[in-house]
Amino acid sequence: MHTAKSVIYLDSAATEKLRPEARAAVLAALECDGNPSSIHGPGRAARKLLEQSRAAVAASVGAAPAELVFCSGGTEANAMAIAGLSAGRRVVIGATEHDAVRAAAPGAVILPVGSDGVVRLEALEAALRSQAPALVCLMLANNETGVLHPVAEAASICRAHGALLHVDAVQAAGRIAVDIGALGADSLTLSGHKHGGPKGVGALVLAPGLHLPALIAGGGQERGRRGGTPALPAIAGFAAVAELKSPAGLAALRDRVEQAAIQCGAIVCGATAPRLHNITSLALPGVKAETQVIALDLAGIAVSAGAACSSGKVTESHVLAAMGLGPLAGCAIRVSLPWSATEDDADAFIAAYAAMAGRLTRTLSAA
Amino acid sequence: MSERIIYLDNQATTACDPRVLEAMWPWFAEKPGNPHSADHAAGRAAADAVELARAQVAALIGADAAEIIFTSGATEANNLAIKGVARFAGPAARRRVVTAATEHKCVLESVADLGAEGFEPIVLGVDRDGALPVARLRAALDLPTLLVSVMAANNETGFLQDIAALAAAAHAGGAVFHTDIAQAAGKVKVDVRAMGVDAASISAHKFYGPKGIGALYIRRRPRLRLAPLFSGGGQERGLRSGTLPTPLIVGFGEACRIAVAGMQAEQARIANLRARLLDGLRARIPGLVVNGSLDNRLAGNLSLRFPGLHATQLIATCPTLAISTGSACTSAEIAPSHVLTAIGLTASEAAATLRIGIGRFTSPADIENAVHMIAGAHASLLATAEV
Repeated sequence: MHTAKSVIYLDSAATEKLRPEARAAVLAALECDGNPSSIHGPGRAARKLLEQSRAAVAASVGAAPAELVFCSGGTEANAMAIAGLSAGRRVVIGATEHDAVRAAAPGAVILPVGSDGVVRLEALEAALRSQAPALVCLMLANNETGVLHPVAEAASICRAHGALLHVDAVQAAGRIAVDIGALGADSLTLSGHKHGGPKGVGALVLAPGLHLPALIAGGGQERGRRGGTPALPAIAGFAAVAELKSPAGLAALRDRVEQAAIQCGAIVCGATAPRLHNITSLALPGVKAETQVIALDLAGIAVSAGAACSSGKVTESHVLAAMGLGPLAGCAIRVSLPWSATEDDADAFIAAYAAMAGRLTRTLSAA
Repeated sequence: MSERIIYLDNQATTACDPRVLEAMWPWFAEKPGNPHSADHAAGRAAADAVELARAQVAALIGADAAEIIFTSGATEANNLAIKGVARFAGPAARRRVVTAATEHKCVLESVADLGAEGFEPIVLGVDRDGALPVARLRAALDLPTLLVSVMAANNETGFLQDIAALAAAAHAGGAVFHTDIAQAAGKVKVDVRAMGVDAASISAHKFYGPKGIGALYIRRRPRLRLAPLFSGGGQERGLRSGTLPTPLIVGFGEACRIAVAGMQAEQARIANLRARLLDGLRARIPGLVVNGSLDNRLAGNLSLRFPGLHATQLIATCPTLAISTGSACTSAEIAPSHVLTAIGLTASEAAATLRIGIGRFTSPADIENAVHMIAGAHASLLATAEV
């Protein structure tokens, strides 16, 4: 037994521990004193690091460096894309999009998802039938269930109807192959900290030739598309993890976690859909998600009751509600395995979950 | 002579203080928490660290912690303040938005962007020192004005505006007053209450904190209302969505703590180094001109004119000296600096100007070497020109 209390962290969809590669790159970049816009030696060294980082991140999604705009993170990148590309267009979004997309497109047409969490392409086809100019926003992988949407198929439908397609790839990048050309996306959002890079950096990647106005105006940085001194250490750390992939072995750990949870009476949300290999959404009928999360926290295990953004307020997940889970939507926790997850972590979770489920469902049947 | 670079461009950016690196390091190393994951212990530890830093930032500028919104830097904070106030006010509100000709590009562009949204941008001229005369602001306020934005310290000339007087005039005219304190914070005493400002933008990397983090001070009493630039998870009370970068915020807080503790002694030391630099250059370069007044100026700043020369030639002749012609953002531009033009310099005078920014890590030996290099380069360039 460890005497020191160490938390088993299974909330990688909220944020992940820095990978050693990112840590080394951040440290090196913190020593780089210049402003990348300055023309003297330290400025040129900073510029070189910035452009190398841009090339690495762009290459990781099959883009050219000039098509990548660095910004503060996924939320800003989504906002920049929607504000910049929606002029004169109707916005159409999937029902399970991240709050950053939902908030940026308040009047959007919402595309329903099936009970498996996958967007209904026939609904997309119907929404675009009028041929009126549209911007469609569809995430590649959902942040609560890991469910993958058929983005390439959606892109064909968008192209056939002259619509633009923006893809939030924040959760997918680093876990599955992401290539802007293969997906057929017009723009793509990436975030540094969701797969082992630092917080405070993200990127918007644009299809060749696509221009958009700045959301944050300023000194002309990022080819006039995003003002402000670039956050060089965070950018360098982001680049260092851009080509790294989440370990394939996480799939087996995730499956063990799911099997054990099912034994305890849990239902896996979106189980039949193609999913990321590191996220599972486990609903325990009759037990509030918040109660489960607190019980697991006391047992030293960090998981969440859905997206982290909601700042502590536990409201019913719009993602699970859209999947038609009804009351079960308030009873699901998200377990997301970071790159560093081990067999021991999975074992510890399984033991704590079984104890928690036994206690709480017994209480329930006694009541 | 060693190849060590002498860094005298501390208004473009500063090196991180080693104490800032040390404070950030645990958060880059083993602590994973998302500060918004209040459900679990890792998230709460990150949230506590963010709140401590928020209090440290507030303490630097005399604000309450609840008045600080973290952003990615001063550029975003300036955009948020200017566009946010205008967009919240909406179409029925006053239309006029006033700023000064020497502002940072991001302020000028934000104000110009509002022109496309139906507002009336007014850019006021300044005098030869860079001061915006209060009477000139009052005259502009004759028409009902929504917002006035004037920076506390200029990024090229180091000029310190009389913010308290300008803010009072703006308020007398019923306008909101915002100030960009990116260059002033951590270097001169900034007290948002004493200055009477409604909003203030700050950046960590201008005073030995990390790049990628800044803040907007937003007055609570009376409460200034503004619309977010973008929305999402609703962090920072809905004014700035996105996962907060805990390590950068911790570094920002530490930079503020260090600045509060050592500001007076540090500024006296830097002022002394500047005097030595200027004396040394004046002794060897006849005709050297200081742009603007030496009073009301950041201690570390010099804007120097070398008659008969192109500043870019001087920079090229001193490869181990990091100095600039002006604002870093526009370093690669050929057009003369809008700041120098606004204080009355001709294009050729602006082209003959160097900006020098002395900082915390500048040593007396650096100053001696810099004098030697600049004066030597000046002499050799003049000799070549005369041949």
